Amino acid sequence: MSQKQEENPAEETGEEKQDTQEKEGVLPERAEEAKLKAKYPSLGQKPGGSDFLMKRLQKGQKYFDSGDYNMAKAKMKNKQLPSAGPDKNLVTGDHIPTPQDLPQSKSSLVTSKLAGGQVE
Amino acid sequence: MAGAGGGNDIQWCFSQVKGAVDDDVAEADIISTVEFNHSGELLATGDKGGRVVIFQQEQENKIQSHSRGEYNVYSTFQSHEPEFDYLKSLEIEEKINKIRWLPQKNAAQFLLSTNDKTIKLWKISERDKRPEGYNLKEEDGRYRDPTTVTTLRVPVFRPMDLMVEASPRRIFANAHTYHINSISINSDYETYLSADDLRINLWHLEITDRSFNIVDIKPANMEELTEVITAAEFHPNSCNTFVYSSSKGTIRLCDMRASALCDRHSKLFEEPEDPSNRSFFSEIISSISDVKFSHSGRYMMTRDYLSVKIWDLNMEDRPVETYQVHEYLRSKLCSLYENDCIFDKFECCWNGSDSVVMTGSYNNFFRMFDRNTKRDITLEASRENNKPRTVLKPRKVCASGKRKKDEISVDSLDFNKKILHTAWHPKENIIAVATTNNLYIFQDKVN
Repeated sequence: MSQKQEENPAEETGEEKQDTQEKEGVLPERAEEAKLKAKYPSLGQKPGGSDFLMKRLQKGQKYFDSGDYNMAKAKMKNKQLPSAGPDKNLVTGDHIPTPQDLPQSKSSLVTSKLAGGQVE
Repeated sequence: MAGAGGGNDIQWCFSQVKGAVDDDVAEADIISTVEFNHSGELLATGDKGGRVVIFQQEQENKIQSHSRGEYNVYSTFQSHEPEFDYLKSLEIEEKINKIRWLPQKNAAQFLLSTNDKTIKLWKISERDKRPEGYNLKEEDGRYRDPTTVTTLRVPVFRPMDLMVEASPRRIFANAHTYHINSISINSDYETYLSADDLRINLWHLEITDRSFNIVDIKPANMEELTEVITAAEFHPNSCNTFVYSSSKGTIRLCDMRASALCDRHSKLFEEPEDPSNRSFFSEIISSISDVKFSHSGRYMMTRDYLSVKIWDLNMEDRPVETYQVHEYLRSKLCSLYENDCIFDKFECCWNGSDSVVMTGSYNNFFRMFDRNTKRDITLEASRENNKPRTVLKPRKVCASGKRKKDEISVDSLDFNKKILHTAWHPKENIIAVATTNNLYIFQDKVN
């Protein structure tokens, strides 16, 4: 996670004045927050910040350069390019995407299991 | 009939379960949406593989009056295919995010299905007759030699085995930069809205090359982005009114008569939060994952991570009812954040008379809240209870301390077994509950 504004430290200590009912509701959440901060000290920022949302908006992003791709395809005729690593989803600049890496258009798809072999 | 009893007065019984038994779930089989049509006769499901399966309730057998008609497969088709946007380097999933039925106008049925980017209008029609007795063709389709034709006859329609065909009638594409999360058909039955993370568009069902942008919350500078649209719905009766919910827990009601671009809301529904209660998780768990108007149109229901809230459209400053779905998770937020479960988007639904609401939880549990009796019940969708007409036993989660017999402790809950999608028949006490890859149908006990 990248740099963000520091969370207000006063939040963690100000709950003495609340009544019992609220205390029971708030303390578990604060305890959980403390646990999280202990595990990830750099997590000082507000989660609703732009980075978090930007990640959400960029779902599905794969890096693809058609020029590189076509060059690689041409070269592939002569030698085998290294295939994608264990994480097929991570097709970034260094690795030239090959036809195997890109999602295949599944033209002959199996019928949904909901529609066949019903178990009543 | 429907909703006559409360959530607890009704005895829910197992009716049917659809889908594979094995635990090894293929990604494509993950159910992503469930929706009854307006009469309740048809039940549609969409999955991650882009497929739609429609079930039809069989006509009630007058002799066997101890159960309502079963749902059997009526039609299945591939709605969306995976795509790759080379220009933006984006993989476009074929997962069906939402299905919405159009009210029936003629013999055919119509539904809208959408993935992240494209909405499609599908026509589902029946064919139970075919023409026979052509003069120039044999029955198998081969053309006859015209010189062998010595007499003329008039082809006639003869009955054939029922064939249900699905065909895409309209494709509404290229209107969304971000991922579509909602579609909603207007009560005028001519227009509908589609909402993505930052924008809402208005379409006419007949026109695919144009849509009007009615909400745009994209900031000029994306660094200033603080909230996104999470769900949107048209009012069931007022064709000019719609609502949209946000990741910050607010709901905005907009009136399309006020201006062409509804960036300024007519009403803002937000429950005030005590600032001293705020934690790292506050905003995340306040994010609204679903918003649904009541059938009456007087209320709307929102689902956030831990609760279901009912709002009176006349009161913006707080909900009129709040129901805790799984409050015991509040002390597990750290691990739920780590395993991403805190971002799960649960849906919610009303029964036909707006007296009971339902939503899903983990461990294949689902919850119902009776608004009149204020009683709630937790049930489980599991193949262990799958004898027809077996009454489901209520479940209980033990938050802390001594676990009673038959209770399950919070730490034993299976967070991979989530019920995100549920649907309630519009008229009867029949519910459809989707686990990861199975569809359960439950009914109330009919004596």
